[in-house]
Amino acid sequence: MGALQNRHLIGLEHTPAEDIQKLIDTGFTFREVLERPIKKVPSLTGINVVNLFFENSTRTRISFELAEKRLSADVTNFSASSSSVAKGEGLKDTIQNIHAMKMDCVVMRHPVPGSCLQLSRFVDAVVVNAGDGTHEHPTQALLDMMSIQEKFGKIKGLNIAIVGDICHSRVALSNIHGLIKMGASVTLCGPPHLIPVGIEDLGVEVNHNIDEVIEWADALNILRIQRERMGIGIIPSVREYRDFFGITEERLRNHKKEIVIMHPGPMNRGVEIDSSIADGDQAIILDQVLNGVAVRMSILYLLLAQEEEGGH
Amino acid sequence: MISKLPASLILEGGNLYDPFSDTSVKANLLIHNGVIKQIGKVKPDKLAKVIDCTNKIITPGFIDIHAHFREPGREDKETLETGALAAMAGGFTTVCVMPNTDPPLDNPESIRYIIEKSADLPITIHPIGTITLGQKGEELAEIGEMVAAGAVAVSDDGLPVQNGQVFRYALEYAQKYNIPVINHAEDIPLRNDGVMNESAFSTRLGLPGNPDISESVMVFRDLELADYTGGRIHVPHVSTKRSVELIRRYKAKNIQVTAEVTPHHIGLTQEALREYDTHAKVAPPLRTKTDTEALIEGLLDGTIDCIATDHAPHTIEEKEMNFIHAPCGMIGLESAFALSHTVLRQAGASTEKVIQWLTSKPARIMNFPLNGIEENSPANLNIIDPEEEWEFKPEHIHSRSKNSPMLGMKFKGRIQQTISGKKSFKS
Repeated sequence: MGALQNRHLIGLEHTPAEDIQKLIDTGFTFREVLERPIKKVPSLTGINVVNLFFENSTRTRISFELAEKRLSADVTNFSASSSSVAKGEGLKDTIQNIHAMKMDCVVMRHPVPGSCLQLSRFVDAVVVNAGDGTHEHPTQALLDMMSIQEKFGKIKGLNIAIVGDICHSRVALSNIHGLIKMGASVTLCGPPHLIPVGIEDLGVEVNHNIDEVIEWADALNILRIQRERMGIGIIPSVREYRDFFGITEERLRNHKKEIVIMHPGPMNRGVEIDSSIADGDQAIILDQVLNGVAVRMSILYLLLAQEEEGGH
Repeated sequence: MISKLPASLILEGGNLYDPFSDTSVKANLLIHNGVIKQIGKVKPDKLAKVIDCTNKIITPGFIDIHAHFREPGREDKETLETGALAAMAGGFTTVCVMPNTDPPLDNPESIRYIIEKSADLPITIHPIGTITLGQKGEELAEIGEMVAAGAVAVSDDGLPVQNGQVFRYALEYAQKYNIPVINHAEDIPLRNDGVMNESAFSTRLGLPGNPDISESVMVFRDLELADYTGGRIHVPHVSTKRSVELIRRYKAKNIQVTAEVTPHHIGLTQEALREYDTHAKVAPPLRTKTDTEALIEGLLDGTIDCIATDHAPHTIEEKEMNFIHAPCGMIGLESAFALSHTVLRQAGASTEKVIQWLTSKPARIMNFPLNGIEENSPANLNIIDPEEEWEFKPEHIHSRSKNSPMLGMKFKGRIQQTISGKKSFKS
């Protein structure tokens, strides 16, 4: 038995609250390491980690790579072509290769929901989900929650709103599972047709009025609106989106309240969020980035270092 | 495995059930060279092999009006021969094969090809022709010529006829040939990129959903067109409560509509996808408990006429792809009776009723002769033990493909032996 209940980190739906807390707390320990002049510890010396990315994701991949290197793990990067994913190829051969190369840990980003679970069943290695399509992205949710705890000193009892295109988001589900487990109240706000069917079953509220949501919330987690969704009949125009859902300087000024602004990135400045808000005092967006490295160190450490000690 | 039937065979002490007249009689049966020679008191014959059928039900062989045998074009998944073997293993002695082959069965030559190629097989195979050329949904295929060559129905199979005018033409035109027009009912834009039933559960799994209305909207269109044209439609693999309600409403208007349900749509729900099992990925998708209950109710009250398998073989390689890219479909012939029987007996149906849904009911839809077990007719029979409990295992699969989410399921009721003319399959 490792430090955590599950051997892999596939999603927060099946991660108990005490493990989420442990991952966040250990994240703060590593945050302290990241403030040192020499930002490296020997915790994962001799451990092989492969970053397996079937989809472009510069930010998440760099964050993981940094976390791995600062824990002294041996890092291999592997980027598969997106055409092999489109043809549905790749996963099985990849799984067998990882198996043969005796990797200790696989960090995987894949566009297809469920692929990390599939991977975890066929390899000996510890699997960390770096985003499986619109299913889960647990490390993003953990870094978001760590940032909330850093800002407020707690998660329980807070009102957190997630704003934007929930349907096509890779970060919404994990955030919902995590925040609800940690005792926060969650409201989703976005165009009605971009709120997934039955999402209320997960314990969230839905409110399509952004001004009411701003009044209610302690923090807004603002999702990226993908420009490719505009002009194909899903989101009529940037103008309309901004008028009804955009976190603009004018809108926040009208509310005259303290509110924390979060964004998982990459941002579309001027679309879902104004530049002045993203760079303003209320935003903790860059803290999220730094906490991302810290919490990924925490995840790898708790999954891998403990496992070694346990004699696996 | 399939073996040759002994020259003389006596089935002793079984209950002969005739689904066409819904009558049962306890009688012995003498089969000689694949033909039923005598029913009732059969003289003992030292040369005859005797099968003890005490407490067994003897029925006509089953009829499946919806299967995919993949020949020509994808013989790596199934052939007419391996499909026939799977059919025999599941008690089916008559199977209608869908035309979504490569190339599709959209002309009389390809219909004749299927009939000639399957002539020596132990079961009877009836081809279904396409509605439109190349299943493209644009121009009508030679429906008359195909029927003359032996096609028993027309369908564009997995590709619904989206254009209402084309489907209207098909319904009007096909009346001349007295065959059902079968339309996979799905509004494609509404299905969108959905790969499972749209629900709170698909949201939880992060998978794109295919809403139940993508089916019922199209069922509604087809029912309206059938009502307007007087044409005859058959709705395949009904999967939603909404569709059942629509069909029930239109049946009350006495329009010419029939419908089928698959064993998997009454026996499984979307919960089978919990671990992203691609074997349970199927079109239309597995739905909710509310839907399975409505489908069963539809069978019980006659809204749904029969059971059909939608036996859809796929290779291991294809089913091992990720959930988005793996193809839809599961095999079903071998498990069809046992799964249906298990589920429907629990719902209050008798074994005899289940047999009707697999024999007399599909026969009526396809205009097949309504013959029960009669002297001097070929022996197409099943010997069924309605009480045997068993587990469905890989060795029970005889299809060339093995894509079944039913493996490991426990069933009640089993076909002990299937006789088709001079051939026999013993489980």
